[in-house]
Amino acid sequence: MNQGRYGPYGGQYIPETLMNELIGLNQAYQRYRLDPAFQAELAQLLRDYAGRPSLLYRADRMTADLGGAQIWLKREDLNHTGSHKINNVLGQTLLARKMGKTRVIAETGAGQHGVATATAAALMGLECEIFMGREDTERQALNVYRMELLGATVHPVTSGTMTLKDAVNEAMREWTSRVQDTLYVLGSVMGPHPFPQMVRDFQSVIGREIRAQLEAQAGSLPAAVVACVGGGSNAIGSFYDFIDQPTVELIGCEAAGLGVDTDQHAATIARGQVGVFHGMKSYFCQDQDGQIAPVYSISAGLDYPGIGPEHAWLHDSGRASYVPVTDQQAVEAFEYLAQTEGVICAIESAHAIAHVRQIAQRYRPDQHIVVCLSGRGDKDVAAIARYRGRTVHE
Amino acid sequence: MSEIARAFAQGKAFIAFLTAGDPSLEQTERHILDLVKGGADLIEIGIPFSDPIAEGPVIQAANLRALQAGASLEGVFELARRVHAQTPTPLVFLTYLNPVFHYGYEAFCQRASVCGVSGLIIPDLPFEEQGELRPIASACGLDLITLVAPTSADRIRRVAETASGFIYVVSSLGVTGLRSQITTDLRSIVAEIRRHSQTPVAVGFGVHTPEQAQDIGQFADGVIVGSKIVSLIGQNPTGAGPELQAYARSIKDALRD
Repeated sequence: MNQGRYGPYGGQYIPETLMNELIGLNQAYQRYRLDPAFQAELAQLLRDYAGRPSLLYRADRMTADLGGAQIWLKREDLNHTGSHKINNVLGQTLLARKMGKTRVIAETGAGQHGVATATAAALMGLECEIFMGREDTERQALNVYRMELLGATVHPVTSGTMTLKDAVNEAMREWTSRVQDTLYVLGSVMGPHPFPQMVRDFQSVIGREIRAQLEAQAGSLPAAVVACVGGGSNAIGSFYDFIDQPTVELIGCEAAGLGVDTDQHAATIARGQVGVFHGMKSYFCQDQDGQIAPVYSISAGLDYPGIGPEHAWLHDSGRASYVPVTDQQAVEAFEYLAQTEGVICAIESAHAIAHVRQIAQRYRPDQHIVVCLSGRGDKDVAAIARYRGRTVHE
Repeated sequence: MSEIARAFAQGKAFIAFLTAGDPSLEQTERHILDLVKGGADLIEIGIPFSDPIAEGPVIQAANLRALQAGASLEGVFELARRVHAQTPTPLVFLTYLNPVFHYGYEAFCQRASVCGVSGLIIPDLPFEEQGELRPIASACGLDLITLVAPTSADRIRRVAETASGFIYVVSSLGVTGLRSQITTDLRSIVAEIRRHSQTPVAVGFGVHTPEQAQDIGQFADGVIVGSKIVSLIGQNPTGAGPELQAYARSIKDALRD
């Protein structure tokens, strides 16, 4: 009872129809989590299929330009399918297969999680259906086609604000109607227990690698680990191994859209309040009646009104801090990284880069800041061009 | 006898659901009285929510219309209060948890109670998480009505043993909406509930025809109809009164047979 709590956050606030399935999923996960054969199979997939470990790259030009800490980029963008999402979906689809499931469903915002899920489903021989807000299918048309190429069916979601939260609603509704043969492969550290734990565990490979690689390359712990936060999976994956190392600052960068003083943002910690939604107790952007608020960000992947329950707790306990980053700052960081280091990163990840540009000087040259570069930016190039008033045909 | 128990005291109960504020709170007030006139024994007032994850397209659309028409939580409380002043028919709220949590559990339960509401149905608050709300609801005289689903299996006993008000049996997998056929073995689910509880059992999700109501009335204590009522209102937002009365009468008559 009251499983999966992070302080007061988390839990299993989900319709009765799904409860036995969640209980079964939790039992299966807790068993396979400790099963060396499962872990060995997953480790092999991560190495041979996803291309792990991802590089930890010292960004010398950025370091020289900013002056201050040495900046390191954790290159999750170099993984197969181009983002950290593959770490989680390989874990979950492998678990689905072990549980005898033949079908997976998933939500997607920018399309990265949808593409990763469709990829893993193809690899594992599972049927795959993806729910994506119609607005996002238009913003990310190439990713829709990519998922279809991989054999998935993509359902444009036309309810609500037609973005990520509505895609989650629709995937949950679909799971409620067909639970026996289906696993809902949630894409972030959110939803009812065991998802926040499971997704965090599968993503924690990022932080373990950061720790080992920085130790090997610099002989040191990082002074700070910085990552973007929507639901927060690449952030918790980057943070997790350092939570018990109090000298390591943990900083999550939320999407502030047009600014936290406007109503066009997705800055859940800065502007949200505690609530219960999508299966979990956490912080959510909501109005005075507890209606979930429409949120906005240039980044489809951060355009979510909530945040994972473990982040809510890291915030309350003061172990991690969360800062808002605007569209404008993110776009400038996107261009900056391209021109300074020759890396076109996802607009989501650019939120983290933007914050590092602001704080690097506060650190000494013998200190290290690691930024999780959660994804590559090919998908965003046309949108950035539009932002700058240029029309680029995809 | 609790308010809700009275709904089950005169034969099989017809429980009517509608979304508050669709098309307006004033119309909802009239629609409730029409349903009562037609024979509804208990009214389930849906508090509109931005993200109703247990609802199918019909009730989702009604939620959206209600919110766009400006239905506030305050407005729904006042609606309940006005209705309660006009009819002894018991009222319950169907609401997602966040509006209750955001208002504050104690404040919400006290306010609901003062407005004449007898119970709460919260689709995203399963048995395991009810501990945070149940004592507060009880102290305010509100029954926390729990759901049993086709997938509940071994959970039925625990849910049934702690149930109050009535037990809401979800007829089918999936979300709310009209179903031509209900394939779940409802008789055995209801029988299993009765082994552990004396609380009345009502069946909903997909139920909409008098034939279905009659059939379910053979083994359950009541039926819950939502999407059909909401679609009648959706088709004729300001003039659905006579149809609602006639429809309620057809369901209530079927339950009497």
